Amino acid sequence: MKKLLLGNEALAQGAIDAGISGVYAYPGTPSTEITEYIQRSKTAKELKIHSKWSVNEKTAMEAALGMSYAGKRAMTVMKHVGLNVAADVFMNMSVSGINGGLVVVVADDPSMHSSQNEQDSRYYGKFAMIPILEPSTQQECYEITKYAFELSESLGLPVLIRLVTRLSHSRAGIETGNRTPQKNLKLPSNPTQFQLIPMHARGRYKHLVDIQSDILETSENSYFNEFKKGPNTSIGIIASGIAYNYLMENFEGEDCPYPILKVSQYPIPKKPVKQLFNTCKKILVLEDGYPFIEEAISDFLGENRKVIGRLSGDIPRVGELNPDNIANALGFDVVINETVPKVVAGRPPELCVGCGHRDLFDAVNALGKEMGSQQVFGDIGCYALGVLKPYESINTLIDMGASITMAKGAADAGVHPSIAIIGDSTFTHSGMTGLLDAVIENTQITVIISDNSAIAMTGAQDSSASGRLISICKGLGVDEEHLKIITPLHKNLDENINLIRDEINYKGVSVIISQRPCVQLPKEKKDKLKELKKVTLN
Amino acid sequence: MKTNIILAGVGGQGILTIAAVLDTAALDCNLNIKQSEVHGMSQRGGAVQSHVRISDKEIFSDLIPQGKADMIISVEPMELLRYLPYLKEGGHLVTDSNPFVNITNYPEMDALYTEIKSQPNSILLDAKKIAKDLGNSRATNIVLLGAASALLPLTDESLKKAIQTLFERKGERIVNKNLEAFEKGKEVAAEIVS
Repeated sequence: MKKLLLGNEALAQGAIDAGISGVYAYPGTPSTEITEYIQRSKTAKELKIHSKWSVNEKTAMEAALGMSYAGKRAMTVMKHVGLNVAADVFMNMSVSGINGGLVVVVADDPSMHSSQNEQDSRYYGKFAMIPILEPSTQQECYEITKYAFELSESLGLPVLIRLVTRLSHSRAGIETGNRTPQKNLKLPSNPTQFQLIPMHARGRYKHLVDIQSDILETSENSYFNEFKKGPNTSIGIIASGIAYNYLMENFEGEDCPYPILKVSQYPIPKKPVKQLFNTCKKILVLEDGYPFIEEAISDFLGENRKVIGRLSGDIPRVGELNPDNIANALGFDVVINETVPKVVAGRPPELCVGCGHRDLFDAVNALGKEMGSQQVFGDIGCYALGVLKPYESINTLIDMGASITMAKGAADAGVHPSIAIIGDSTFTHSGMTGLLDAVIENTQITVIISDNSAIAMTGAQDSSASGRLISICKGLGVDEEHLKIITPLHKNLDENINLIRDEINYKGVSVIISQRPCVQLPKEKKDKLKELKKVTLN
Repeated sequence: MKTNIILAGVGGQGILTIAAVLDTAALDCNLNIKQSEVHGMSQRGGAVQSHVRISDKEIFSDLIPQGKADMIISVEPMELLRYLPYLKEGGHLVTDSNPFVNITNYPEMDALYTEIKSQPNSILLDAKKIAKDLGNSRATNIVLLGAASALLPLTDESLKKAIQTLFERKGERIVNKNLEAFEKGKEVAAEIVS
């Protein structure tokens, strides 16, 4: 019988069946379930496949590269903005190349369901000059992952698989195939390959440039790119990844009359695109995310109106695709019988009932009123909901770790009080280095680590910070006199306000750890944390 | 045969359990299925929906086009109305009557009920009370599934088998409570329709 799997899970099963020896990742919507599937898999456990969470995407990708260096297959997984964090190693490992197959999986979030932007990772793939795969169905998620490892090893390069939210988080019945055994330890045969000092890097980079034509050939011959003939050549359609599904939905099982190029492997295959250009009056490009293909095949001055899509306005420039906006582009009517009745109110997400962040915001807001100024630099996590009513406690939310460093820059500019609120896991992900900056100059900022001992927003995964925050802060040089712990509970409100006020008035760096486990944590985990707390306090 | 179902509710109300029963039953009947769901930030007390598509032919889109849903099943009355643009002409609505109030501007109940009752094919029932009376208020979602079952392209046998499969690890008592909830939902809906 078929297995019912999310696109993410199908991809993970594909990786297990491709013989990976490890997955390295940091949780991030919509990518999280890939690693979680491998963590739960009995087969993966028996095969001793590494699957523990990494501290951030950069450490994850570097560890995956290390496993590849040792000759084994490895995968690294993240959300689109996570690739920004890992960009350093990402850009350089395409120059060094790989040893064991290495696949980078990035899940983009068009329409920003759970993200700050809708950046399109295909640009990163092109930037690094490596092959990109973009599955359109759950079954393809499985197949394409197995293929990605073969492709990676045959070209000696990392391969990028790009997903989008709707494929990551949609289920279908999947047929699985055979499993390839794991690779044996086998160190690189070329001793200079991974030594990217300029004299070696130049040679490696030249090699990367030289094999671009081979990479193009793999995509032009790819099983995953398909040209479908059609009798009506008034439009030729290029549909990439999930866009192909929305396109076909509009023909409800009938054959599409227009020629279609389905793209699931990049670089953009030139030959079939040329065929469309030669035979069709117009080219409609359908792609979820940025106009990546459209831009590449349109002319710079925009005088040749032959190519239409997001840039021409035929498809909305922002937001995700769906069957309806593609229907509009095809000139079909979308019949809507009902509108949303006026009585329906918006229902934005909110912090859980009993969440410790709530009590922390109560204290911070009380101080903001009292001091007449509330500059709170926020960070990525559940507590970002503190931007919204009823709290409206947070002024900024930019990227992982930015709370501390932005608070520092603002304090340097004369802002007081300058408060950073950051979660425990975000702190170990990207906050520690920024705190060191502040410690070095003893900048007058108040850093509140809202420690719920979990990566809560993505489903309460284990936080690397658990039980380590105090020693990390001490190690970074935070003055012990100004390293405090509070428990955010309503009964402690006055006490907490007083303590935070004192630290705000201190002319230097202070760190307040606001500690209460996430209400979403299962009881066993909460009990474990209590034990851990006893140990660390003694 | 193709059936498009939208499941609606608030994060944490258990619409994914309904989806799982539908998916399992459809797969068991050798039908194709696509089912999208919401993870991440919206799960925290926000509006959530799941698109379930069941067909004997290939299904392309993971999302249901607007105006093409055969049915909306909602575990919350206001959330039902949010997805009306997806409902096709003559489509069906099944919803619990109990509001989940976590916003300050939640509408008047009368206005909501009037709106729901003005829809030609709507089944509005107190599924929560039915589940509670059966001794398991957590089975509200299965009561609603039972209420919608006569409209589904799946047999009761396949749905009950799926309930059995999904709740098995929670023990026989929970399995039986959910089967009872399914039957009772079906019964109440039949009364409302007649």
